[in-house]
Amino acid sequence: MIGVWNKLNKSTRTNFITIGVIILIYVLCQVMVAAGLMTFLMKGLLIQFCYYAILAVSLNLTVGILGELSLGHAGFMCVGAFASAFFSKSMIDVIENNFIRFSLAIIIGALSAAVFGVIIGVVVLRVRGDYLAIVTLAFGEIIKNVINVMHIGLDSRGFHFSMEVGKLELLEDGEMIIDGAQGIIGTPRDSNFTIGVIFLIITYLIVTNLVNSRSGRAIMAIRDNRIAAESVGIDITKYKILAFTISATLAGVAGVIYSHNITTLEAGRFGYNMSIMILVFVVLGGMGNIRGSMIAAVILTLLPEYLRFLKNYRMLIYAIVLIVMMIFNWSPACINWRKRHSLKDFMNQLMKRFIKSKKEA
Amino acid sequence: MEMLSVKNIGISFGGLHAVDSFSITINKGELYGLIGPNGAGKTTVFNLLTGVYKPDMGQIFLDGKNITGLSTIEINKAGIARTFQNIRLFKNMSVLDNVKCGLHNNNKYSSLAGILRLPSYFKKEKDMTKQAYAILKVFDLDKDAKILSANLPYGKQRKLEIARALATDPKLLLLDEPAAGMNPSETEELMDTIRLVREKYDVTILLIEHDMKLVAGICEKIFVLNFGIELANGLPQDVLNNPEVIKAYLGE
Ligand SMILES: Nc1ncnc2c1ncn2[C@@H]1O[C@H](COP(=O)(O)OP(=O)(O)O)[C@@H](O)[C@H]1O
Ligand SMILES: [Mg+2]
Repeated sequence: MIGVWNKLNKSTRTNFITIGVIILIYVLCQVMVAAGLMTFLMKGLLIQFCYYAILAVSLNLTVGILGELSLGHAGFMCVGAFASAFFSKSMIDVIENNFIRFSLAIIIGALSAAVFGVIIGVVVLRVRGDYLAIVTLAFGEIIKNVINVMHIGLDSRGFHFSMEVGKLELLEDGEMIIDGAQGIIGTPRDSNFTIGVIFLIITYLIVTNLVNSRSGRAIMAIRDNRIAAESVGIDITKYKILAFTISATLAGVAGVIYSHNITTLEAGRFGYNMSIMILVFVVLGGMGNIRGSMIAAVILTLLPEYLRFLKNYRMLIYAIVLIVMMIFNWSPACINWRKRHSLKDFMNQLMKRFIKSKKEA
Repeated sequence: MEMLSVKNIGISFGGLHAVDSFSITINKGELYGLIGPNGAGKTTVFNLLTGVYKPDMGQIFLDGKNITGLSTIEINKAGIARTFQNIRLFKNMSVLDNVKCGLHNNNKYSSLAGILRLPSYFKKEKDMTKQAYAILKVFDLDKDAKILSANLPYGKQRKLEIARALATDPKLLLLDEPAAGMNPSETEELMDTIRLVREKYDVTILLIEHDMKLVAGICEKIFVLNFGIELANGLPQDVLNNPEVIKAYLGE
């Protein structure tokens, strides 16, 4: 067993440790829920941790690994959330098996976000310059506002579409699926904390395995020095679009998990504020630091909930806490401390001690 | 056999003719020196050869193939690799990964194979690590493989750039002032390494250097550029004794 551990390459070992920790926390949470030790508020937050962590990890791929600024990550989440919720709600009576329906919903949410990712990537990332931030910012707002005025209903004659309120003349048996600003009500609650954790692990694996592969090196080479990357024959456009599309796709998946866990899905939730919030997770967790993104997403989702007692001062204090965390987190002393107390070293030491004791025996 | 054949290339920036009617023929396996005072247009020649700038006129042939107007990426794939006067490493990546980036196009497996860690990922990565270490060893960098490239001392950074360029398996290697900032003994050692590289990797080399004596010691032929124009071109002893060259250098 130790032999196998030592044989694994470094990134595989790190993967195992990280996933181990995620599963440990997951089990701990489930035990607490079962034992009735978790507050109602906390229980509701569990799935939020998952989709915010997925969003942070996926955005880190664009911002930290590729080195391009994206200000519309919530837009991709929005696309994934609405496309999949639309599907699930329309199909609720057709596909009765939750597992199959939700699996299809994930695929639909991921693909629709991917389509927008590719379109934006192809248009923007081919040209030099920092246009991505502006275009993604616009994209996020446009998507939100377009969905806000969409009315789609379904009756025995089929789908009906309108951009105006009350223009849909549905039959008796008809039902609104997307109702403008009110969004989608009554998406089947197919996702839960467990599913969230599974997709968080999948997201983590996709991003870290990509980063530690040939393509990941190409992506980081572009970030570090575009001209040098070209000089060794790395196809800049291809890898930029690849990274950005994977990032968008994963945000779409987060959207699916989100939309299948709430009663009312409103486009208004996916604004500029949310995109910035995800960006804050990434910056605070560390550019290019995948585990940091997850930790930051959890802490910063938890924090505002526990600051509620501050009432009007909540966001002010939140901002101050952010700044303090930022300074603390990236101070040399703290970085050194983290290096000295890394989990990987701890595991290695544990293994060494284990080997020693075995030899002595 | 001609490896590189450049016919009358030129470029101007605004009114300035940075390079004018530049022609050179480099035979396979030759070590050619490109010298000239500061601002003579040497780096610009490299930028023209590698497609960073498109020439206003003239043509470039590599190993018989017309590469004029191709992109930097295509030109690298065709067989030209280079280093930069102002070092351009992938700073946030390890020394090993810098070289592996150079191996990118000759060791392919799909992104999906990487994400799913399919057998081809493990096989190719192992291959690439082996190749990268072999190249690093030539430059005595194998012990620094795991270090972040930005943390290397200056001289080693220059060497790493050559190693990375070499990893692309070029036919022609362009070195832009590889010894800049090195002390005499480091320079000496580097020149030995460059000679070794040429033998071992069967590569043709064009190198820019400031120090004329140094170039004369290692290059078989020398091209002197002044104000974007050819001043002299030929065997080292002829070039060094050329009165025009002496004048240009003394006048510096
Ligand atoms: N992109 C550019 N735009 C404008 N002028 C340039 C550019 N690149 C080079 N030059 C000019 O071309 C001339 C030659 O530069 P360069 O090739 O760097 O010289 P060298 O490498 O021989 O020192 C200089 O006068 C420089 O200012
Ligand atoms: Mg120069």
